[in-house]
Amino acid sequence: MTATRETATAPLPSLARASRHRAVLELKAEVRNPMSLAFTLLFPVMMLLLFGAVFSGTVNNSSGVTNSQLFVAGIIGSSILSTGLVGLAIGIAIEREKGQLKRLAGTPMPKAAYFLGKIASVLALAAGQIVVLTLIGIVLFDVDLPTSASKWLTFAWVFVLGITAATVLGVAVGGLMPNGKSAPAIVNLPYVALQFISGVFVPFNELPDWLRSVAGVFPLRWLCQGMRSVFLPDSFQQIEQGHSWQHPTMAIVLLAWAVLGMVLCVRTFRFTTD
Amino acid sequence: MSDAAIQVRGLHKAYGSFAAVDGVDLEVVTSEIFALLGPNGAGKTTITEILEGYRVRDGGEVSVLGVDPARGDRWWRARIGIVLQSGSVNDELSVSELVHHFASYYPTPRDPEEVIDAVGLSEKRSSRVGKLSGGQQRRLDVALGVIGRPELLFLDEPTTGFDPEARRQFWGLIGRLRGEGTTILLTTHYLEEAEALADRVGVLSRGRLLAVAPPATLGGRAEASATVRWLDQDGPHEITTMEPTRAVTELAARFDGEIPELVVARPTLEDVYLRMIGAEA
Repeated sequence: MTATRETATAPLPSLARASRHRAVLELKAEVRNPMSLAFTLLFPVMMLLLFGAVFSGTVNNSSGVTNSQLFVAGIIGSSILSTGLVGLAIGIAIEREKGQLKRLAGTPMPKAAYFLGKIASVLALAAGQIVVLTLIGIVLFDVDLPTSASKWLTFAWVFVLGITAATVLGVAVGGLMPNGKSAPAIVNLPYVALQFISGVFVPFNELPDWLRSVAGVFPLRWLCQGMRSVFLPDSFQQIEQGHSWQHPTMAIVLLAWAVLGMVLCVRTFRFTTD
Repeated sequence: MSDAAIQVRGLHKAYGSFAAVDGVDLEVVTSEIFALLGPNGAGKTTITEILEGYRVRDGGEVSVLGVDPARGDRWWRARIGIVLQSGSVNDELSVSELVHHFASYYPTPRDPEEVIDAVGLSEKRSSRVGKLSGGQQRRLDVALGVIGRPELLFLDEPTTGFDPEARRQFWGLIGRLRGEGTTILLTTHYLEEAEALADRVGVLSRGRLLAVAPPATLGGRAEASATVRWLDQDGPHEITTMEPTRAVTELAARFDGEIPELVVARPTLEDVYLRMIGAEA
């Protein structure tokens, strides 16, 4: 009798449908959690306002770029990594600890729907964040939207590659966290360090050359540099490392991190703790 | 196909040198409610989670709805329902949102609104999970466990933290699931719950199954001697006898009618259970 029940003949929900449901649910939960939303959205806004106000004046070269414009680019780059990697890793560590992942694993939800839902909600959050940060930049700090199609194209691929790398790394790191309590410390420590050496809080051109090269191993430097190449005039290239935006290297490093993140996800991610 | 929903032979699972499950044979028949009893650490949750496909066994054969849980796919998952001992969901979502959402994972789910009513959360439909009491969250767990119209339902200590009224309501819900032919594997600390719900109970201790029987006959309970208590002018009396009916007939003759404070008691399920667990320890 059990084998012929109607449950055996009706189709299982498709991956697309399940992913859409997951994405909507993730976004709902995200925007309703005031603490998480404040941390994700308001924190970079606050940093931008503070740094923009404290460090006025222009960068010491002939490009006419102000320090605040530099911060706008840096904090936009940084917010991509924060939403994807930091936010996801902490969120997933908590979900796992509370048994939410275990419950999902006990349902016929396609596992990929969980990840696709996360990616979709991170994309939406990051996009919203960039709009807010850019608007603040335009209104308060004389940032101009890029006018050429090639700059918008640069923006598009830096954003997509960057958010992809950040998201898969976030899932992988979240899966490796020992528990929800220690996750914020473990994730934020390297993130804050990276912010200092990648040109978010300290203008990148003021760092020693060797430190800039160290930062070049990690994705954050390239996210910030990518955003500088979008929002700052090309004359600024003179004081970048190698006197160029280094777009090819940028693409390779971000892609490498995205691939590494995916491999880590597939190899290490478990829904349960057994 | 046999009519066994769950079949287990020689199940073993160790954590380090500790044998959590040490050679368990178990069969749960289709449409049966089977209760696993045992003290903390007896292996109830380990066995349940192996059957649910969460944990990997070290040895033995396991078949759940004809499938090895270690290889269970989405189709298999759609046929079982799980109420974990400690599951949680995102606090920011409402009861209705979650029940509808989980329904979307299944091919032929129950009507979410009916399920919300059935678990007694009608008034809390639009409340966020974080605002529910512990007992209400547990009812939501049950709602999410049955939403997929499972053929086999796992309930791991489902009524912990319920007040007596909520527990009765829950028993009623289980009765309705039984009426629809759902097979249920239940673990519980409450012996009266096992007695009220289960067709058969299994007593686990230290990873081994000591006995399997209907609650009424577990441990020779039905054949055990009975205690007859009554009161007369000399105070309370108590005798233990294999023939309680004869004792009561004699007393009735002696008192010429009503016997004051008459009680005839068999060992309770708890008495039998504690004796089994005690003998083992």
